[in-house]
Amino acid sequence: MSVTDETEIAPETARLPLDGWHRARGGRMVEFAGYWMPIQYDGEGGGIVTEHEWTRSQAGLFDVSHMGQLYLSGEGVESALEAVLPIDLATLKHGRPRYSLLLDEAGGVLDDLMVTRWSEGFYLVVNGATKWDDIAHLREHLPDEITISHMDDTALLALQGPQAATALERLVTGDTPLASLTFMTGAAFTLGGADVWISRSGYTGEDGFEISLPAAAAETVATLLCEQPEVRPIGLGARDSLRLEAGLPLYGHDLSTETNPVEADLGFAINKRRRAEGGFIGAENVQAVLAAGAERKRVGLTLTGRAAAREGAEVFAGQERVGIVTSGGFSPTLGHAIAMAYIARPWADEGTALEIAVRGKRLTATVTKMPFVPHKYHRGS
Amino acid sequence: MARYFTDEHEWIEIDGDTATVGITDYAQSQLGDIVFVEVPDEGAQLTKGGDAAVVESVKAASDVYSPVTGTVIEGNQQLEEDPALVNTAPEGEGWFFKLTIADASELEGLMDEAGYKDFVAGL
Repeated sequence: MSVTDETEIAPETARLPLDGWHRARGGRMVEFAGYWMPIQYDGEGGGIVTEHEWTRSQAGLFDVSHMGQLYLSGEGVESALEAVLPIDLATLKHGRPRYSLLLDEAGGVLDDLMVTRWSEGFYLVVNGATKWDDIAHLREHLPDEITISHMDDTALLALQGPQAATALERLVTGDTPLASLTFMTGAAFTLGGADVWISRSGYTGEDGFEISLPAAAAETVATLLCEQPEVRPIGLGARDSLRLEAGLPLYGHDLSTETNPVEADLGFAINKRRRAEGGFIGAENVQAVLAAGAERKRVGLTLTGRAAAREGAEVFAGQERVGIVTSGGFSPTLGHAIAMAYIARPWADEGTALEIAVRGKRLTATVTKMPFVPHKYHRGS
Repeated sequence: MARYFTDEHEWIEIDGDTATVGITDYAQSQLGDIVFVEVPDEGAQLTKGGDAAVVESVKAASDVYSPVTGTVIEGNQQLEEDPALVNTAPEGEGWFFKLTIADASELEGLMDEAGYKDFVAGL
C-alpha cells in the first residue's frame, strides 16, 4: 500500500517554541507551513478521531504558533489599513477581533486574517504559509509612517470546546472576568505568570479562546492548561476535520488568488459602507462581482457514504462538470463524508443532487447549508 | 500456514492455493484512524503489485496492492460496516480479501516475519 499525499520534507523546516513539548507528549510531527507540527498524538487519548471527539465534548489545546502575528502602528494607521483591507474599522471597537481578507488587484484572495483593535494600533493574525508574502504585501502598500512589527517571539495557542471556559477560568486573572468575554471579543489577562492576550474565537465552531503569549512562556502555559482534567493537546489532523465540519474555509485549499470573496461566500467580511465606497485593493473587481453576481459559489456537500471526496475531485450534474472539491473528508461527528466545493451557480442551491468523481466512480452528494455541525459560539445572553 | 510480507506493508497468509491479504500493524499505525475501506469484489482479477483495495484514514486515501496475481474469492464485507477493525485487528479480523494464487513462484522474494520486522526497523 502507499499513502498518496505524503508531505515533501523541506530541509529548512523550522521548529516552533513548543516543538520539544509536542514530541515529549507523543506528537507525530509533520512538516506544515515550513514548521514541524503535530498532526496527531500517539498513545492514550490520541488519534485524529479521538482528538476530534474530545474537542467537541471537552476542550482541546491547539498550538497554532506557526501563524503570523503582526502589530501595525503609526500615524494614520486606521485609514492606511482601510486602504488595503475591505474592513470597516470605524465600527471595530477596542479589543474586538474581526475577520478580513487580503486581496490582490484582481480581487483574488491573498490570505484571510483576523484584525483586532488595540489601543495604539492593530493586531493581525495571518496564516503561517502566507505570512512572509503578507508582510511584503503590507509593506509595499502601507505608507512608510506605518510600522509593521512581526511578533515572532510570540506564540499562539487555541483552547477550544464546551469545557474551554471552565478550564481557562481557573487559571487567568485580569481586569475583567474571563466570563465577560463573548464571541469575537478580547482582553489582556495574566496566565501562568505571563501577560497574554485572549480573544473568544477559534477555528472549530466550538466556544473557545485564542491565546497570544510570549514564546518563552509557551511551555509553562501549555503544561498548565493540559493539567486541567478537561484539556488534552490536539493535532493538525483534528483541527482540519473540526474546521471542515464548522464550514470554515482553509487558505490554500478553499481560498486562493483564483477565488474572489463573493464566490467564496465571504461577502459578510465586506460591509455595506466598504461595498459602496470601495477604496481598498481589489475593490473594482469585488464591486463588479457583487453587482453581476458570482458565477460559482463555495458550498457544502454531504456525501451519503464514508468514502471521502478530496481536494481536486470533479463534481458533475449528469454528464456536465459543474464544480470542483476544495476540501473533503470523513466527518467524525456525522459519521459520513463531507466536502466543500465551488459549484456553478445553477447547481449551487441547497438540496441539489450532484455526483463526485472519485477513483473512477461516482459518489452521490447533496448541496448542504454550512456549517455541517452547528456552531456553539458564546454570544452571551 | 506461512505468512509473508511486502515492502508496501501488506501481509499474505498462504493456505494451499488460496491466500488471505491484509495490511500490517505498522501500516495501520502510520495511517491512523481508518474510516473507510473498499475491498475488491468476488471474481476480480488482481495482478501482483496492482491496485486491489483502498483504505482511507481521516487525512488521506491509500491504495492497497495485491502481493500476488490471482482471482478474488471474497472481500471482507465486515470492513464496510466497521473499518476501524483494520486499526484494532490489522493482522486478524481486519483482513481485506482472499484470493486464489495463480503462480506460487510469485511468493519468492516476499519477506518472512523476521525479514519484515528488520525492514520496518530500518524505516
